[in-house]
Amino acid sequence: MNFVKSLAVGALALAPVSAFAAAHNSSDPIVIPIHNWSSQIVMSNVVGQMYETMGLNVEFVTTDSQAVYESIRLGDVTLELEVWEGAFGASYRAALAKGGMVDAGAHNAVTREDWWYPSWTADACPGLPSWEALNECADLFKTAETGDKGRYLDGPVDWLKHGKERVDALGMNFTVINAGSAAALWAEIAAAEKDKKPVVVFNWTPNFAEAVWPGAFVEFPEWEDGCDKDPSKGPNPDALYDCGNPADGYLRKVAHKDMTSKWPSAYCVLSNISFNNAQIAEMARLVDVDELEAEDAASEWLGANGSVVQPWIDACA
Amino acid sequence: MALADQDQSTPVGPAGLSGSRVVQALLVAAIILTVLRPWLPDGLVRAPEWMLLPWRDWIDTVFQYVTFDLGFINVTRFLSGGLEFVLDAVANILYGRARWPRFEAVPWTVVASIAAVLGYALGGWRLALLTGATFVWAAVVGQWKWTMETLSVVFVAAPLGFLLGGLIGIWCWKSKRVEETVKPLLLVMQVLPFFSYLLPAVIFFKVGPTAATVATMAYSLPPMILMTTIGLKKVSPEVVEAGKMSGCTRWQMLRHVYIPSARSEILVGLNQVIMLCLAMVVLTAAIGMPGLGAKLLEAMGSFKLGRAFEIGVTIVLLAVVLDRLSKAWVVNLPEHFERGTPWWRRNIYLVIGVTLFIVFIGLSLMVSGMKPQPIEDAGFGNWFVGILDEVHRKEAMSQGKVYDRAIKDFLSLDAVTSVTGAIRYFVNVYILIPTERALLFVPTLAVIFAVTALAYRLGGKGPAILGFVFFCIVAQFGYWDRAMLTLHSVFMAVLLAVVLGAPLAIFASRSEKRAKRTILLCDTFQTFPSYVYLLPAIMLFGISPVTVILSILIYTMVPIVRYTLEGLRGVPPELTEAADMSGATRWQKLTQVQFPLAMPTIAVGVNQALVFAFFMVIIAEFIGTRDIGQEMRRTMAGTELGWNFVLGFSVVFMALTFDIAINAWAEKRRKLLGLA
Repeated sequence: MNFVKSLAVGALALAPVSAFAAAHNSSDPIVIPIHNWSSQIVMSNVVGQMYETMGLNVEFVTTDSQAVYESIRLGDVTLELEVWEGAFGASYRAALAKGGMVDAGAHNAVTREDWWYPSWTADACPGLPSWEALNECADLFKTAETGDKGRYLDGPVDWLKHGKERVDALGMNFTVINAGSAAALWAEIAAAEKDKKPVVVFNWTPNFAEAVWPGAFVEFPEWEDGCDKDPSKGPNPDALYDCGNPADGYLRKVAHKDMTSKWPSAYCVLSNISFNNAQIAEMARLVDVDELEAEDAASEWLGANGSVVQPWIDACA
Repeated sequence: MALADQDQSTPVGPAGLSGSRVVQALLVAAIILTVLRPWLPDGLVRAPEWMLLPWRDWIDTVFQYVTFDLGFINVTRFLSGGLEFVLDAVANILYGRARWPRFEAVPWTVVASIAAVLGYALGGWRLALLTGATFVWAAVVGQWKWTMETLSVVFVAAPLGFLLGGLIGIWCWKSKRVEETVKPLLLVMQVLPFFSYLLPAVIFFKVGPTAATVATMAYSLPPMILMTTIGLKKVSPEVVEAGKMSGCTRWQMLRHVYIPSARSEILVGLNQVIMLCLAMVVLTAAIGMPGLGAKLLEAMGSFKLGRAFEIGVTIVLLAVVLDRLSKAWVVNLPEHFERGTPWWRRNIYLVIGVTLFIVFIGLSLMVSGMKPQPIEDAGFGNWFVGILDEVHRKEAMSQGKVYDRAIKDFLSLDAVTSVTGAIRYFVNVYILIPTERALLFVPTLAVIFAVTALAYRLGGKGPAILGFVFFCIVAQFGYWDRAMLTLHSVFMAVLLAVVLGAPLAIFASRSEKRAKRTILLCDTFQTFPSYVYLLPAIMLFGISPVTVILSILIYTMVPIVRYTLEGLRGVPPELTEAADMSGATRWQKLTQVQFPLAMPTIAVGVNQALVFAFFMVIIAEFIGTRDIGQEMRRTMAGTELGWNFVLGFSVVFMALTFDIAINAWAEKRRKLLGLA
């Protein structure tokens, strides 16, 4: 750091550094939102550092992962790198419909969000991962509050998971309790770990839990298109949500509508970006297991994967 | 409620009915309705479908119209533009954010040493040590930048809240009309659930430090305003007379007579501004508050309890330091020097501060441009100077992993889990779940009658009518069951807080030392981010009602203890001495002298506890609830603003009812005791 020099430079704007900055990209900062799960934070830093090598200004802001879509529409936030089909689909579609936001394509990664159990649960209920076997073992999942029914711990309600509807549609002997946050889910899994108490909870991939607690998804009747709208789909002819969630949900990127004209090169790179599951898991691992800070993790990941991102940048030069 | 009081003269109700008759009639009606419930038509059990108005759509339409068509957003955006400039400048000075005046980050040693000098100047070596140590801690555990990011907002929000709150407080004191308009507004601001602030804050004030500042101020202003008004009203006429006799102008009266006399109340207001600013650090991370709060949430997201704990400690330390510094500053008397004292002697602290600034800046210049290197490569001297400039995360002595192990090991001790397991089973199955079911069983109208009766008993006719109207509105908002579950958690938490907090306060009031320690404990619990103990609570008690109530309890205990202590200590010593002389036992003295006199103050505490409980019950959705908070979470998906506000105001109207009734009661009591 150089305090005196910076005093001298004072209010001078940063000089354009590279071809990208010269190519009429605005010198205003590109605002990248940060949420509270590691892969998203590292990925945002990776993309931020990519932009910085292109000579663009980048700033980060921490936001709620649902309210962020309103900020993108208003242009206070420039882009979002992890739009999960399951959890944020509703907010994403609402914002797209209201206008002000453009879709910048999907990642290569597929997401899966469904009922899940840690590996010790399978010892107690050997028929897993079949959902019928799970239902037979419902007794094992009883808690003080659920009486003689098993407890399924669903995700926060704003993730719109329809766990209760599925229990009803498939006639399962379970009570659905909603956890209020991802952290609350982890706390329940961790508490169950000690006595190897069987639990079945909502979980998703890619995320950090896979590295800490090995486990598997429960296999429900396979997802058919329209299972959430057409009762005839799925095994129960009279009910919606009688299928498992799609095992290959999307992970999209979006941007404020003016990004295309204000930072054309940055938008071009954004639309080229496409991470896969292994890359995302690696980003999360650097923070969750190696305990790096997000910025350092991003530098490290970029250092090892320069060949992955360079073509995306070069294609926009 | 324990506040109902037998020997109070009963207010006279309408048509010559005595107040207690009205109360009895309402309660009897409530009981009859409840008993008859299995035979009642559905429309009498819950508000029927046709009664529910489309508030959701109306609110959405009005919001859309006012915000965008009338351009209200331009006004707020203009204001937030000014605010942003100030925030950016402070952020640049503290951690080198790339904004005007474009300095680079100041080395931590500079900030820490200057803070210590400031501490010394204001409060002697103890305060210097506390202040310096806090900043050294932040740097050494590798949280420097986050701390500065947090402070860059707090340094703007807290003074602004203090000034604005003070000004509005003075205005309220000057004009009864203003006071009557402002008070209910303040209350709405305080109890409107945090989830209702999220969207308007980011729409009107731009996600980032600006929205965070505004939301923080919304919560920290009310106590400042209230305390200022209370303090000014209390100034004794003798003092005012003395001021007038010495020919003070109006401004001089305010500056030299009223404000100094109201100092202790204004100080309590300042303390609350600072505490609430730091208490909001984590929540506001959702709308752009940078720094510690965001990092804490990140740590929780990947289940790093130790790291989160470490960050929580920093937040508490900052709260304590800022509180002590600001108090010392307000209390400090101007120093007078003898004629002929040299300039440097008069401004000794300034001189020391500037010297330290130059020394550490110089040191940091020596290492400028140097990459951080391990000690073996750089040599001790260079490494050490490098550390003085910036502690990198890898060099930091963060013990996050150690705490993490310790916390998780403790939480999995058999002795611990078997006890908490038993508590969880007993409290949930035999107390909370049955009372919840009972409350849901009661017909809506019966609850409304019972609440009206309670409001009548406490506050008389006015509060009773308001309570009736407010609860009817809640009923026709259409989320009655969820509202009742919310109310259930709130009541249980406040009840428990009274049962546990009152004895603690009595214990603490017996000596000055205990009182001081207890207040420090209150400050700690008020600012230690609740998120940190939510997760251990979940591990011990599961995602269940008991965890929710425990998490609210911690917040509700604070005002109960604080105000009970304040009330007991405020009892004039003449009276307790008189009791001693007439041979009263300790118990008699407590129940017949101290408590009756302290009751109005305690009532304020109970009221604060209720307000906090209504606030926290929504935050407890972080654990997982089935009340209004959960439904509000649902509105976050798809940004359903109108729906969100209907739910938010269900909470507001319930809270308003109790607040108005309890305040009316306390006011009457104060008059009766000749305190007002």
